[in-house]
Amino acid sequence: MEGHAPLLELDGLGITFGGLRALTSLDLTVAGSEIVSIIGPNGAGKTTVFNAITGVYAPDEGDIRLAGESIAGRPIHKITDAGIARTFQSLRLFLNMTVRENVMAATYGATKATPLESMMRLPRARREAREVHALTEEVLSFFGERLAGYRWDQPAYSLSYANRRRLEIARALATRPKLLLLDEPAAGMNPNETLEVTEVIARLRDELSLAILVIEHDMHVVEGISDRVVALDHGVKVTEGSFDQVANHPAVVEAYMGRDPEALAEA
Amino acid sequence: MPIGVDEWVAQHTDRRDAGTGWRRVMYTAEARVGWWPRLAIAVLAGLVFGQLNLNSNIEQVAINALIYAMLSLGLNIAVGWAGQLDLGYVAFFGFGAYGYAVLSSGTTHWAAIVSIPIVFGAAAIFGAAVGLVSLRVSGDYLAIVTLFVGQAFMEVVNNVDTGKLGGVNGLFGLDPIHAFGAQITTPQGYFYFALVVLAVLMGLLHLLDTSRTGRAWRAVREDELAAEAMTIPTGALKIMAIGFAAAVGAVAGTVFAAQQDNVFPTNFTANILILIYACLVLGGAGSIAGAVLGGIVVTVGQQMVSSPADAGYLFYGLILLGLVAKVRPWRKLAAVLVGTVVLGLALNAIVGAIWPSATAGSPGSTGWIGHLVSNWVIVPKDAVGYGNVLYIALIVLVFALTRIREQWRAYLLVPTLYVAACCWESRLIVNPSITAQILIGAILIATMIARPQGLLGTMRVEVM
Repeated sequence: MEGHAPLLELDGLGITFGGLRALTSLDLTVAGSEIVSIIGPNGAGKTTVFNAITGVYAPDEGDIRLAGESIAGRPIHKITDAGIARTFQSLRLFLNMTVRENVMAATYGATKATPLESMMRLPRARREAREVHALTEEVLSFFGERLAGYRWDQPAYSLSYANRRRLEIARALATRPKLLLLDEPAAGMNPNETLEVTEVIARLRDELSLAILVIEHDMHVVEGISDRVVALDHGVKVTEGSFDQVANHPAVVEAYMGRDPEALAEA
Repeated sequence: MPIGVDEWVAQHTDRRDAGTGWRRVMYTAEARVGWWPRLAIAVLAGLVFGQLNLNSNIEQVAINALIYAMLSLGLNIAVGWAGQLDLGYVAFFGFGAYGYAVLSSGTTHWAAIVSIPIVFGAAAIFGAAVGLVSLRVSGDYLAIVTLFVGQAFMEVVNNVDTGKLGGVNGLFGLDPIHAFGAQITTPQGYFYFALVVLAVLMGLLHLLDTSRTGRAWRAVREDELAAEAMTIPTGALKIMAIGFAAAVGAVAGTVFAAQQDNVFPTNFTANILILIYACLVLGGAGSIAGAVLGGIVVTVGQQMVSSPADAGYLFYGLILLGLVAKVRPWRKLAAVLVGTVVLGLALNAIVGAIWPSATAGSPGSTGWIGHLVSNWVIVPKDAVGYGNVLYIALIVLVFALTRIREQWRAYLLVPTLYVAACCWESRLIVNPSITAQILIGAILIATMIARPQGLLGTMRVEVM
């Protein structure tokens, strides 16, 4: 790995909202084809990390680099163009568009046909339309039976909750990312569906060689998929390492469970 | 393959839309015809209409309908697709009309083939400039800020360079549309011209709607942050949407100016803006066919309610249509209709026998409707006070009708219909201008309750 910059590199990232320090000098790296999980209690700053990486918030301190190149301060859509796609914790699908259109919309940045070319159906517009259709089928097919063909022309609002989560991932894949940010992909799912999500995330890495940064509360999922785990609390990185190391780290246990009353009494 | 929950939910909407019996047959037949054949059929119907050689009054209404269809179609880009509440839209209509007036009259006299494209391009740039506002404000705030653009336009044409723009007196004696030595002078000619322009715009916008740009606009409408996170430069797309809308509105303006032969500042007031919004909302925001249909329905409807004879057809026709569409089963419908007729005849006879002066007046309707209802409704000699009381009673009855239990509704419907008819014949029809507003309002309310998505719009969900 010598001489190779990691795919994603957060370098001393700091974000402040008014007087609140949401993130404090956070260092984090994700290598290619690596799955890194971020865990931490509510309000720890996990989603803020995602929002900073994707450009929703500009960092107040530090830098964000994608394959060695700084992306801090770029507009959101340019960051996605550069290869970082995300899903949202509170689903943000284009509900009144069809399943297919949701995915197709995410190819906007990769296509170039002007409105005039589209209206005249000039060669470039036609070629791009074919490519977009092929990509859409490919991306939706990734979920097999679950998002099978006959659902693709229905509005997204008709999908079940689990399928909406799947569609969010499919939509993110349509941007052809190098790094995928998944914000609680298993939230609100039943045990079966959770197991399936775990498999899907592993397949995303193995079959599409994506690097994945995932926020997840379900420790079974975290244990099942993570190459590495990062624990956050109050915007500060508590520890990082393998799942077992992090799960048994005293500071993590404290952040989740509170302090041992006996230890408190002694202190 | 077993049917999943998602399929059931999606098909449920289809099933509900499809209905049963003959409605289902219509629905499935309609679903088989593609978009382009439908456009062709609509244009063909328009061409046939143009051949009917109707009187110039009707031809004028038809031209206005097409112009409003164009306006509604343009507004649909900004509002229906991109979700940008653009209240400055009427300024672009005016910009197009004044642009044509300045370029194709007075000292310039440019051919339409030159002036219309110039106006189109300039309006797109002007629109994009107004669209810049959408980068900083959105939703209701965008509406307020853009509203000012329409007002500013009025002030400019009223006060700036009155020599060239005519001030309050407007500009008149404009050239008819002319190019290559030919010119359009007859209303029929303008009807065809407007029809062709509208059809071309519809076709181009349909191609745009199904392209990457159209999808991106809808994504911006649905969720701006998600759209941005999915590689869509939302700022540029919002500006583009308002610019495209402006250009289409300006084309409608050129046709309007050329056909009307003059332009006045009062042609482009906030009232017109509201009317265009009514067209779009009634027809179905987001749908090309809906926007066009809305433009036609609102224009023709407005024309009809302002003439007493037509208003009668509209009043009785819509009541009958509403009953046929809503009252089920058929036996109940028949009972309500027969009950209303019998109630009227009986009351008319009884009241007439006891107190002859109470039925001494004649119904406001003339022609066969007036003849038909003369022994049915109760109209006293001096009907003003009586009519006012009936009008209030009608409001109370309609309100009660919406609040009572389902099983009593048919019984209350009978007196309600009768009171409505009496009120119409004794009072409403006597003041056509006020009645027109009431009728339009009632029609809009009823349509929006029955079809919140508009006549041809698709049902949208906000949050699920």
